[in-house]
Amino acid sequence: MIFVQILVNGLVLGSLYACIAAGFSLVWGVLNVINLMHGSFIVLGAYLALGLYLSIGLAPWWSLAVAAVLFFGIGYLIQRFLINRVIAAPVLLSLTLTFGLDLIIQNAMLYFFKADYRSLKLDPALGSLAFGSVVVPVDRLIAMIFALLLTLALYIVLRKSRVGRAIVAVRVDQGAARLLGVNIPSIYAIAFGIGTAMAASAGTLLALTFPIAPVASYAFLGKAFVVCVLGGLGSVPGAVLGGLLLGLVETFGAYALGPEFAVMLSFGLLILFLVVRPQGILGRWGFE
Amino acid sequence: MSKYIILGVVLVGLAAAPLTGDTYLMRMATLACMYAVMAASWNLIGGLTGYPSFGTAAFFGLGAYTSGILATLDVALPISIAVAGVVAFVVAAIIGFILLRLKGHYFAIATLACVELLREIANSATDLTGGGMGLNIPRNADLGIFAEASLFFFAMWGLLALTALVCLMVERSKIGFALACIRQAEGAAEMIGVNSTLYKTLAFALSGVFVAMAGGVYASWVHYIEPGDVFDILLTIKPVVMALIGGVGSTVGAIVGAIVYIAAEEVIWRNYLDFSSGIIGLTVVGLVLFLPHGLGSLHLRLRGKAVTP
Repeated sequence: MIFVQILVNGLVLGSLYACIAAGFSLVWGVLNVINLMHGSFIVLGAYLALGLYLSIGLAPWWSLAVAAVLFFGIGYLIQRFLINRVIAAPVLLSLTLTFGLDLIIQNAMLYFFKADYRSLKLDPALGSLAFGSVVVPVDRLIAMIFALLLTLALYIVLRKSRVGRAIVAVRVDQGAARLLGVNIPSIYAIAFGIGTAMAASAGTLLALTFPIAPVASYAFLGKAFVVCVLGGLGSVPGAVLGGLLLGLVETFGAYALGPEFAVMLSFGLLILFLVVRPQGILGRWGFE
Repeated sequence: MSKYIILGVVLVGLAAAPLTGDTYLMRMATLACMYAVMAASWNLIGGLTGYPSFGTAAFFGLGAYTSGILATLDVALPISIAVAGVVAFVVAAIIGFILLRLKGHYFAIATLACVELLREIANSATDLTGGGMGLNIPRNADLGIFAEASLFFFAMWGLLALTALVCLMVERSKIGFALACIRQAEGAAEMIGVNSTLYKTLAFALSGVFVAMAGGVYASWVHYIEPGDVFDILLTIKPVVMALIGGVGSTVGAIVGAIVYIAAEEVIWRNYLDFSSGIIGLTVVGLVLFLPHGLGSLHLRLRGKAVTP
């Protein structure tokens, strides 16, 4: 029965990882920019959820909508006015630029929120569901469901909407997209905005399950790297697959080897995949 | 020719630090030498070869632990540092051989993952490294404060001189030419008979050696290391920023960039403690947006010429 319990824990964790990585993967795939601010946007989303809950009692899953709208705007502006200026430069410059911006955000977070770990405790607590001997806390279950819904929403937007098709077109063949009248800078900004919105929304859900602190951003960023490489870059199904795989590997690995090996395992897996199969499990370069 | 003059002035200027008798100044100069070693080493792979490595901290930590563990076994400092260099060369050659087939962001992330992986190994190999408790490195002789500061300053300074010499030799040699070919068009370089795997692996291995030796000196200098300290991600990022300040691709630029950075960082730390990392972040952003080719391109900027990233 412990096996089923670990499986469930892994799937819950994995859905959150998928949600974290989907936006990161979109930005990396479409803009060819590694956004080192992604982890900080997640933490900012978590702080937003915490703040809204403590001030007006808004549940985190409703803060999610606030975070999505607000951070779409922030991401759009950051891309339009800052990152767009180095988008054609070698990868080193865009990476360094996002690192510099992240230092600023980190400093601001430390200044305003302090370095302590905080956590969002719902009052009254939601308790947990028990299926036989398998126990699932309700708040985690809700976080998992919303994470999957959010990822599904991204998938539908990219597949069905006009702007989504334009993003995919830019991802697949930028030159052809430009010829067909797609406004590339605008699409870049929208894609970055969506990536940022996904990060902050995921953050509101993570507030339910993880302790939050400014430094937590690096752990989340690391997960986004690993999931992207595992699942395949720039694809939503890839992010889901990679996220679930990482969640399962971490939980089973922690059970079998001890919790201190979870991080080592995930980065070992990352390097292995980069060497053996850098295009990820799904291995399609297209974007769906 | 002017770059050799700049390098000479910088090295002589740094060597003057002990003359002041001020241990605070010597600490800063030691730190500047340490980062200059790392920035110049990064430039070999990131600047000359064009592979954005984020693995500097991996070799720094590897060197610090190799030499630190040897020091606890009563091995003399010069030997333990030399061993750290050799170990790093071998490890970097192996990692490089495997990872240098990746390009761009993939290479950057893979090298970053190496840092994380080595940190976790150092964290969990408790018998050898002391794990998260850290490793105490014994002093081998009871020198005075000033004598000890001088010892480590000259160790770092000598290492910087050696690094600069080797990097400049590589820059001027056939290897440097091959690396430039690889940076510009790897496929074309292969076609005309440049053994790109050999040369870029060599560049990566060399870029690991001096960083590891700097890590070794650092470990003995501070007497205590722990995984989060010597595998710190900032140790990976700062050399890149320093090379950007000096202008990517130039050894002397990287060394000057390191000194400018350390000086600026110290001034910011002293005056704006609460906002230090934010101000450094702003500097990085401004540098990338307005001076992507480093301080050396400032005169172009001032004359109103276009400087595109």
